[in-house]
Amino acid sequence: MSSWAKFAMLFLTVLVSTSWVMAMPEGLDALGRPATEHEVSAWDIDVRPDFAGLPPGSGDVWAGEETWLAQCASCHGDFGDSNEIFAPLVLGNITEEDIASGQVASLKDPAVTRTTLMKVPTLSTLWDYIYRAMPWNAPKTLSADEVYGLVAYLLNLGYVVGDDFVLSDTNMVETQARMPNRNGMSLDHGLWSVAGAPDVSGSSCTTDCTVGTTVTSSLPAYAMNAHGNLAEQVRDWGPYPGIWTEVEGEKREATSMVVEVSETALSGSGCTGCHQMEGQLVGPSFDAIRTRYAGQEHAAYLRDKILNGGAGVWGSMPMPPMPAVDDNALQQIVAWLTSGEE
Amino acid sequence: MALDAEQGQLQPAPESFLAKDLVEDISRDGIDPARRKLLQNALAAAAAAAAAAASMVAPSLMADDDPDIVNLPSWTRSLGKPVVANPYGQPSPYEANIVRRQSPGLTRTDQSSVSFTPLQNLFGMITPSGLHFERHHQGWVDIDPRRHRLMINGLVETPLVFTMEELLRMPSVSRIHFLECGANTGLEWGNVAVPTVQYSHGMLSASEFTGVPVSLLLDRAGFDRQRATVLLAEGADGSSMTRTINLENALDDAMVAYGQNGEMLRPENGYPLRLVVPGVQGVSWVKWLRRLEVGDAPWATKDEVAHYVDLMPDGTHRQYTSIQEAKSVITAPSGGQKLLKQGYYDITGLAWSGRGTVEKVEVSVDGGRNWRPARLEKPLLPKALTRFHFDWVWQGDEVLLQSRVTDRTGYTQPSRAQLIEARGTRSIYHNNAIQTWRISGDGEVHNVQLG
Repeated sequence: MSSWAKFAMLFLTVLVSTSWVMAMPEGLDALGRPATEHEVSAWDIDVRPDFAGLPPGSGDVWAGEETWLAQCASCHGDFGDSNEIFAPLVLGNITEEDIASGQVASLKDPAVTRTTLMKVPTLSTLWDYIYRAMPWNAPKTLSADEVYGLVAYLLNLGYVVGDDFVLSDTNMVETQARMPNRNGMSLDHGLWSVAGAPDVSGSSCTTDCTVGTTVTSSLPAYAMNAHGNLAEQVRDWGPYPGIWTEVEGEKREATSMVVEVSETALSGSGCTGCHQMEGQLVGPSFDAIRTRYAGQEHAAYLRDKILNGGAGVWGSMPMPPMPAVDDNALQQIVAWLTSGEE
Repeated sequence: MALDAEQGQLQPAPESFLAKDLVEDISRDGIDPARRKLLQNALAAAAAAAAAAASMVAPSLMADDDPDIVNLPSWTRSLGKPVVANPYGQPSPYEANIVRRQSPGLTRTDQSSVSFTPLQNLFGMITPSGLHFERHHQGWVDIDPRRHRLMINGLVETPLVFTMEELLRMPSVSRIHFLECGANTGLEWGNVAVPTVQYSHGMLSASEFTGVPVSLLLDRAGFDRQRATVLLAEGADGSSMTRTINLENALDDAMVAYGQNGEMLRPENGYPLRLVVPGVQGVSWVKWLRRLEVGDAPWATKDEVAHYVDLMPDGTHRQYTSIQEAKSVITAPSGGQKLLKQGYYDITGLAWSGRGTVEKVEVSVDGGRNWRPARLEKPLLPKALTRFHFDWVWQGDEVLLQSRVTDRTGYTQPSRAQLIEARGTRSIYHNNAIQTWRISGDGEVHNVQLG
């Protein structure tokens, strides 16, 4: 019996509604219609740990690398090790012993950065998640073969498979058997069910209780303004005004973008998913775009790029079409991008 | 139009003083002597009000007078704004500080990020919808409800598709429940990391949700009671977020919700449809819900293996941790605030339990040595927030404030020491330890941990 089955047995009862016994009223069976098989297959793309739901296909490490560099590297780094935008996926700290035991030993070490590949017990999860949600700014545009290749490349980066490895629907089970943390998950806890047993219990002592009352941790003075001036984050006329944490002459840089375009126009239009003010994110920085396209003569060009997308101007990562950008926002964004002002 | 010198605001023209039916009469029949008299009276009244405003001099203030009483403020001597000046009402401009905020540096993108609810300044047991915390995994979306569908498939007799129109026709229920992110207070496992309750506990909100019980929908689809143990919930957004739901618990009280606090869900909270799984961490309340699949084994989705798994000291992760155990926090006074004077204060806060109803809350002003019961506001609802109060007189001394909840199962909220003894400090999720606020002699309130 699988560990899940044992876990489920703990809570197995006859499934009857207890709190909300709501009988099916007459006529209700006319609401909702049968879904067609084709409709179900359009949405039911999930892949379970037993690989139920996995579409056929295959991809090798080299194909995966090619797709990776075009679609994934700008966020995750060429080797999946970037910490710039997301936590690292792979850092090359998985050992042969981990793969043999199915439990990553360095997870015990607080000094080791936890990567995705150190944690993930199930190969199906990598496949399912990349297929449903990646790439970041254009989810569900990868083919099944591309996803097989990407998973092969990731496993190769983690030394789980060799350079000439080909991942396919026919060898997922044996590849699962090499997942470094496949035995690293525990279901031995009381937090799955409302009826589960707690692992910790508080004290019921009410008088002269023996507790430590020495302050062992507090925010250092220099960090008091790290979240901005607290005086401006609470009701300033009530019984508890905020502590003034901003130091004169050391005004913290605003976290929001101080520009002549509204933040709503940029984030609401989806721009900030890939672009930031300074420095490359997925796409080029707004600063770089504004420098290159200063001048009203570029307005029509930028307008077209935003609405219809493009590729190859700033690198290999394509800019997806953004046809849903609201007219007012588009006008504001284009005017700002071409304004040439600081 | 006239300018109010004090406020610099435009005053409405005298036409606004005319009764609507008088204006209609005049435009229909023209002005006769009777109507001319009414018109003159109205205009005279308007002119007098304007003159009074313009010529108002400060009356002589007596020594004990409060000038805000004796010198009538501008709003007491001017015409107010018309109806539907804000077709959708907005908070007073004096409440502009009370907004959702991000914790700087917590995330590198604003699409996979968090904004926190300003608990320090809220009252009662309901979170205003516009202040409900946000946690998105791949940004939020505006969904056209006419084009949204809910599909139910898996271990069912007939896979079904519902339109929003059909869901709103179905029998509905309205229930008040809390919604807490599993990572709430996650920054505080190792040490104090944030200054205020907004950042330490602000991934917590509560709303009245309205929707269709999951049990009714599954009955309609004819689900396999012999084999089914779990549900998969899936979103319609780009991330198509998926989570495995405990079916037995879901049949008790989960719903497919479209309503929040009397109106439709806000887009950031899943418009037009989200799953409500009372007592369970927020990540399972899948937003923009498009599909429920009935199954007999869990899916091990991304947010069940790489995130929302609790790392234990032995290097294993607890998987499918879902229930939010009993927890409480004092919201005022709380970190980053300041007591200006000594005397009476109403210490207040929130308590909740994912396993049911709050039984009692106790408050300590000496760091947990001595505890006295707090007063609980009614009604006490299961898996909802309970507001508590504690009468207290501050005498200018240093104080260590704590609250501790016990729920109806008999479970008591643990101290930080008790919690980390069992789980270490690296699990990120499900930190329900007792919170300490230190009030220093100058009245400043600081987030501290004790040992």
